[in-house]
Amino acid sequence: MEITLNHYLAVAAVLFAIGLMGVIMRRNILIIYMSIEMMLQAANLTFVAFSRFNNQLDGQVFVFFVITVAAAEVAVGLALIVALYRLKRTTQIQDLTTLKF
Amino acid sequence: MEHYVAWFLLITPLVATIAILLNLHRKPDYAAFASIGSASLCFLIALAVAFGGIQPPTSFEWIALPGFNVDMGMIFDPLSKGMLLVVTGVGLVIHIYSYGYMDHDPGKGRFFGGLSIFMFSMTGIVLADNLIMLFLFWEGVGLSSYLLIGFWYEKESAAQAANKAFVCNRLADFGFMIGILTFWFLMGTVSVKPEVVAEKYQQIPPSWVHSTLNPEGATAAQLDSTAAKHGVRTSAVLLTVMVVGLFFGCIGKSAMFPFHVWLPDAMEGPTPVSALIHAATMVAAGVYMLCRVYPLLLLSAPGMFFIAFIGCFTAVFAALIAVQQNDIKRILAYSTLSQLGYMVMAVGCGGPDAAMFHLTTHAFFKALLFLAAGSVIHALHEEQDIWKMGGLWNKIPLTFYTFAIGMLALIGFPGLAGFFSKDYLLSIAYVRSPGFYWVGVITACLTAFYMTRLVVVAFFGPPRAHAAEHPHESPLPMTIPLVILAVLSFIGGWSFGGYGIQPFYHGWFMDVIHSMYPLGVVVPEPETGTFLEMIVPGAVVLLGVVSAFYLYWGSKTDPLDIRILANKFYIDELYDRSLVGGQQLAARFLNWIDGWILGGLIIRGSAYVSVGVGELFRLFQTGSLQGYAFVFSLGGILLIYFTLFAH
Repeated sequence: MEITLNHYLAVAAVLFAIGLMGVIMRRNILIIYMSIEMMLQAANLTFVAFSRFNNQLDGQVFVFFVITVAAAEVAVGLALIVALYRLKRTTQIQDLTTLKF
Repeated sequence: MEHYVAWFLLITPLVATIAILLNLHRKPDYAAFASIGSASLCFLIALAVAFGGIQPPTSFEWIALPGFNVDMGMIFDPLSKGMLLVVTGVGLVIHIYSYGYMDHDPGKGRFFGGLSIFMFSMTGIVLADNLIMLFLFWEGVGLSSYLLIGFWYEKESAAQAANKAFVCNRLADFGFMIGILTFWFLMGTVSVKPEVVAEKYQQIPPSWVHSTLNPEGATAAQLDSTAAKHGVRTSAVLLTVMVVGLFFGCIGKSAMFPFHVWLPDAMEGPTPVSALIHAATMVAAGVYMLCRVYPLLLLSAPGMFFIAFIGCFTAVFAALIAVQQNDIKRILAYSTLSQLGYMVMAVGCGGPDAAMFHLTTHAFFKALLFLAAGSVIHALHEEQDIWKMGGLWNKIPLTFYTFAIGMLALIGFPGLAGFFSKDYLLSIAYVRSPGFYWVGVITACLTAFYMTRLVVVAFFGPPRAHAAEHPHESPLPMTIPLVILAVLSFIGGWSFGGYGIQPFYHGWFMDVIHSMYPLGVVVPEPETGTFLEMIVPGAVVLLGVVSAFYLYWGSKTDPLDIRILANKFYIDELYDRSLVGGQQLAARFLNWIDGWILGGLIIRGSAYVSVGVGELFRLFQTGSLQGYAFVFSLGGILLIYFTLFAH
């Protein structure tokens, strides 16, 4: 069986859906954060797939940018989470309801 | 240099006002000095203007718009010269009197400030060479009148009276403004300089003018068609609007019938104010203004009739009320109304020279009467009820004799000023219409009656109150003005071989007529020496005097009790019910609208709506991060679904 673009896209979609499910359903904020990263990688996968099948390198170049930005984002995000933990002594999302009416 | 001298007529009192306003009101004697000094200077300049041949100052441009030019300038013609002498002369005398009368009043400085601002405004009215300038000063006298009526503002009635005077004048001035605007529309200028008016007058077909002096002349429809033929932008209707509008200014300021209610109440002010502003000069400004625009009044026969009718009605109406009043100043106030009615009637009947003649003599004797009444009030420690006086004639003789001269001049006793002016005025009215004449004669009879009543009750018989037993004669600053005015009231009507007040104004009137009618129009001359003129006025005056003596000599209470007259025909009550009540009702309705519709529904209502919507939306703030994420992604999915699949 030949591997086509649709297969790659399907994998990326599944990856994205799993990440989204994780964001919506998991309680620990670290896990949610990892799920967000997973969604990001799903996007990267589509970039690479399209790049490969269109014989253009633009998408792959873009992936490097995304990875760089994601790394920076991780640094900021993890720092925020650590600060949050120091303040609230929890990483459970259901305990963080300060903005609730 | 000479061209600027006349400006000092306005500058001097203005400087005095400002000085008193800024500093001198704390130093009453300095304020009085400044005010009396400025009045004297004004009088001297006025003498120089009248007899010394000072030229009018060069006018300067104030407003210059296309089609609308207002210059600040002055008119020096016999009309304004005569009025200027009356205003400054009587004004000066009353200034001096006030020095004695207000001697112990804590507000003396403020009082003289009010007098000075009045002198400034009144001189401005007399000299104004256009209607806009006149209107400015017109409001100025309204302001000073307000300030001085409410001089004792801690008294509720005085404050109310000041408001009443101001409101009445404002209402009438609205009509006056309409008149001025119509004047501007028709004439293309607001100038009332005699030469400008004469020039405009030449454009108007002579047949129109006849119609007023001669009621059998052209009708309104004929006037309109004549206007169309000559291409003059005018119409009989607009001319009548103009005349009636201008007359409304006079109705307010001179307190003619529907607006007369403020003048009796204005007696709440100090007596010198009543004499100067509310008897001699300001209330006569309306009549003066009518004389100033007199040639144009002639263009509207209905307007002229309206003027004559209102004047005639006010004359007899106020005289009737005066018969049953008990307050010495109020009797004089109604008498003033009645005499102003005479003057307005004279203007409406085609005799502005008679009106000005009577205005001048009236200024003399009515100022005298008020000042003498003030002297009586002063002597009796602020007692104004004539039934609490009595027996004063030999205790304060100088006041009595001067008052008696004023009273005789007012009722038209032969030989005194009022005799000449009133008879001349009535003979003019007779030429116009015997109906006006006979009403005027009845008024003369009533005048004689109520003035005799006043003198008999206040000065004769036994003292009817404690204060009347030991009165004291007033000090010199008060008695000297009385003597001066008494002399003027005595000789004011005489002519010395063609020189006198009556020939003076008659000369002006003839000048006006000749400049208006270059072709020569016969002006109806009053017949002299007829049976009517000789006998009737004298007879009715005698009738009034004798009947008043018969009724009131020795009586302790009023033998007549005519409630409707004592209550002034219930006009105040009528206004209270209808106008004030209606205004209250409207105010309450508007208040309800303001409270419930504007404030409740629109302002607070819209606030409530946004608060309610906010309450609703804050329910969505669950605080569950994952809930937000779920809704967000659901939204994303729906967006993709609709963009990709739902066409």
